[in-house]
Amino acid sequence: MESTAQKTLGDDSHLRVVPPTVEELDTVTVRFCGDSGDGMQLTGTEFTKSTAILGNDLATFPDYPAEIRAPAGTLPGVSGFQIQFSSHDIYTPGDAPDVLVAMNPAALKTNLPDLLPGGILVVNTGAFNETNLQKAGYAKNPIDDEQLQAKYRLFKVDITKLTELSLEGSGLGSKEIARSKNMFALGMMCWMYGRPMDNIIDGLRQKFTKKPEIAEANVQVLKAGFNYGETTEAFSHKYEVKPARLAPGKYRNVTGNQAAALGFVTAAARSGVRLFLGSYPITPASDILHELSSYKNYGVMTFQAEDEIAGIASAIGASFGGSLALTTSSGPGVALKTEAMGLALMLELPLVICNVQRGGPSTGLPTKTEQADLLQAVYGRNGESPIPVLASSTPGDCFEAAYEAFRIAVKYMTPVLYLTDGYLANGSEPWLIPDPAKLPPITVKYRTDPEGFHAYQRDPKTLARPWVIPGTPGMEHRVGGLEKDSLTGNVSYDPQNHEKMIRTRAEKVARVADEIPPTQIFGEPSGDVLVLGWGGTYGALHQAVESLQKRGKKVSQVHLRWLNPLPKDLGEVIRRFQTVLVPELNLGQLSKILRSTYLVDCVTLNKIQGKPFKVAEIVAKVNELLERPRA
Amino acid sequence: MSADLIPVSQKQALTKKDFQSDQDVRWCPGCGDYAILAQVQKLMPELGIPRHDIVFISGIGCSSRFPYYMNTYGMHSIHGRAPAFATGLKASRPELSVWVVTGDGDGLSIGGNHMIHTLRRNVDLKILLFNNRIYGLTKGQYSPTSELGKKTKSTPYGSVDAPFSPAQLALGAGSTFVARSVDVEPPHLLSTLRAAATHKGSAFVEIYQNCNVFNDGAYSYMTEKAVKADAQLVLEPGKPLVFGKAKDKAIRMNAKLQPEVFTLGKDGDLSQAIVHDPTNETLAWMLAHLAPPHFPTPIGVFRSVERPAYDALMNDQEKDVLAKKGKGDLQKLLNAGETWVVK
Repeated sequence: MESTAQKTLGDDSHLRVVPPTVEELDTVTVRFCGDSGDGMQLTGTEFTKSTAILGNDLATFPDYPAEIRAPAGTLPGVSGFQIQFSSHDIYTPGDAPDVLVAMNPAALKTNLPDLLPGGILVVNTGAFNETNLQKAGYAKNPIDDEQLQAKYRLFKVDITKLTELSLEGSGLGSKEIARSKNMFALGMMCWMYGRPMDNIIDGLRQKFTKKPEIAEANVQVLKAGFNYGETTEAFSHKYEVKPARLAPGKYRNVTGNQAAALGFVTAAARSGVRLFLGSYPITPASDILHELSSYKNYGVMTFQAEDEIAGIASAIGASFGGSLALTTSSGPGVALKTEAMGLALMLELPLVICNVQRGGPSTGLPTKTEQADLLQAVYGRNGESPIPVLASSTPGDCFEAAYEAFRIAVKYMTPVLYLTDGYLANGSEPWLIPDPAKLPPITVKYRTDPEGFHAYQRDPKTLARPWVIPGTPGMEHRVGGLEKDSLTGNVSYDPQNHEKMIRTRAEKVARVADEIPPTQIFGEPSGDVLVLGWGGTYGALHQAVESLQKRGKKVSQVHLRWLNPLPKDLGEVIRRFQTVLVPELNLGQLSKILRSTYLVDCVTLNKIQGKPFKVAEIVAKVNELLERPRA
Repeated sequence: MSADLIPVSQKQALTKKDFQSDQDVRWCPGCGDYAILAQVQKLMPELGIPRHDIVFISGIGCSSRFPYYMNTYGMHSIHGRAPAFATGLKASRPELSVWVVTGDGDGLSIGGNHMIHTLRRNVDLKILLFNNRIYGLTKGQYSPTSELGKKTKSTPYGSVDAPFSPAQLALGAGSTFVARSVDVEPPHLLSTLRAAATHKGSAFVEIYQNCNVFNDGAYSYMTEKAVKADAQLVLEPGKPLVFGKAKDKAIRMNAKLQPEVFTLGKDGDLSQAIVHDPTNETLAWMLAHLAPPHFPTPIGVFRSVERPAYDALMNDQEKDVLAKKGKGDLQKLLNAGETWVVK
């Protein structure tokens, strides 16, 4: 034990005489919450790294306010980070925390309702002063409440003071010292769940290379927190979660936005064509722009445009020039891009539009998740303007979906709309690092033969027109948003030609269904309830269906990758089940499409709270359906 | 990508006719756009750039039909956004000669944002803004350059909407090349276009253009034979600002640092006249503010200065990173950060 750590124990500490009981657990959900200036996101990501290295399966859910710094200590300023880790496969960051670390009264107030009865509650008593209690709207100090103490396993730790003590004489100012207290909480949790800290320490030293004194202070407080657990009898238990039996291979932790960026870069590398991103900063999509802008030596060019429209317009310009073109945004930004999307589908140039969905409408809930842009993606343009739409289902799956979006865009010479969401974008999971050589190829072939060339002459199978880029001798041609002749591409106002082109563009997108493999059903191919979803709800739906199946229920799951076109066999799959339940984080957008496409009814389960589904919500709904009397 | 595909550009003996596409030109008879198209097609063979390395990109409006009539690569895009499409193309394919054709509504109203940011970045684009002070394609509403009080279909009682000057706007946005010409002055237009074409960086050319259907005679105050010598101030680098039928009027700065017109041999002599210098920033500003009724309308190159082009900087930066870090290894990138092996 280090001398500095001894000091942190303060007056109320003494050396442990009885070793703590070690209890083995399958699955634990921990939530760190505090003021948005308290460094909860860093605490969470560091804890995640350490957990990943231990080989647990995990899923995370960062939840932070839209304001960068809401007034300190207030309810809107509370930032949280939840992680579920397990010795078996898990698919969500957990319905409700087993452990809540609350750094101030506001964090306690907003998060306590989620804590499971009997759960561990660690509070930083140092922040429970009169001002903070008042800001959080507490008339009296809640941690003195006997009911609270009876309902949860409450641990009162003066993290503020212990942090100050451990940094006494460090020469740091009070602000810097106060900022380190998240590391104390992290250290305690590392002790409680037997997480190694070496990589966290390395990470801190890397993060603060230019400020070694801050790095060392953080390390010291981290160790002090760990040692507090080790040497006081404050905690009588520590817990062990054994490594999960994941598929063999090399793993890393990845967020959805990182995975999407890697998928795009991989598309460029596999095709041998430059990736061009035209984008405008918007939450929660900006991270993709950040990631890609650092990959300049991977054949990636990024352009931060003056607005959303210039983002997509520049991408279309680059696509005309032969690049793999990408624009990234979120709902309101995608709304601004719709006219240009229509042009891209008229020009029949490859383009990927990535929408990291957030709570809408309008500015809505920028930092919260939602799935309410599906109808916008499928239908939201003027005229008959079909665009293939696909969605990713987990953070790691963003890699494959991003790659697939480009494969289809290039093969069919079409814009493709790729949907992810804030939950996937910021959430993370262990990711089995893929071998790019095993992905289906993306073959780019610019036509260079002027013999018999017509700009809108189509491939008979895919209906794709040739990609002819400026700089190619003898093939000068003009494209534009006016309706074009079905062969030459020249402007045409001919009525029959217009209808032919409308039907051809629709047929081309419909043929993307040829690329969709037979629908994978998790569970029996027929039964009582089919849980049918899309996008970021995958984890919650999967875990719910899995637990229902374990209880012998005839429940299966289908999760859609492609929303437009739909898989060819989906109608038939749906009809094999008594009931189709479509849970969505919107008012029922996929169910609208399914009803109109297949003339079947679907039961909807809708949640529009800016939060992901809980497994229990899905299970409850399915049970309700199973118990209702049959007609 | 393309650099290897494309043969080195050679001066080819092309003619004006080679740049005419097979499409019928469909502007109204008598439209000023015809004259501009003729001068652009006349200029192209001079540049020695093969047709396939030239791209015309436009937005929406009468002027924006332009690319269809050029036998080069072309894109008729969406309203106001041509500079953004062109930026993406030029940044990713810097070896191409990329031209933007726009109008006062397209480039200054719906597309004003793209215009100023493109000029600010100094993207190496040649931007031709046909200013007819009216919306022609939508059949006659006032535009951001229509004069106050103008009666149009949407302003039956006269416009109360103050116009701005495209040249002033371009200067304010930091354009490295700002010029003005007129559809009915073919030699002047040709020489102005030539100067724009050879400029490295954003070249902004405002072209006064007559819409004989919805705004006929908008520029007759300075194009009519009887008045034009007195109403036009032709800017020529290194030459004094002299104009008038008898070449007897000149412009000088007075003691209050305001420009004033004076008569040579009467109010002063040639040595007092300002000598035009397109690299003089202050002078460009002053010239852009000269307007009737107290001054003639300047035509020619207001400003021409050197500044690295955005597309070149982007590509240079890419090369620098490549030189420093080497070609990225995808496997390494995918395996970055902390990894662990599950057996």
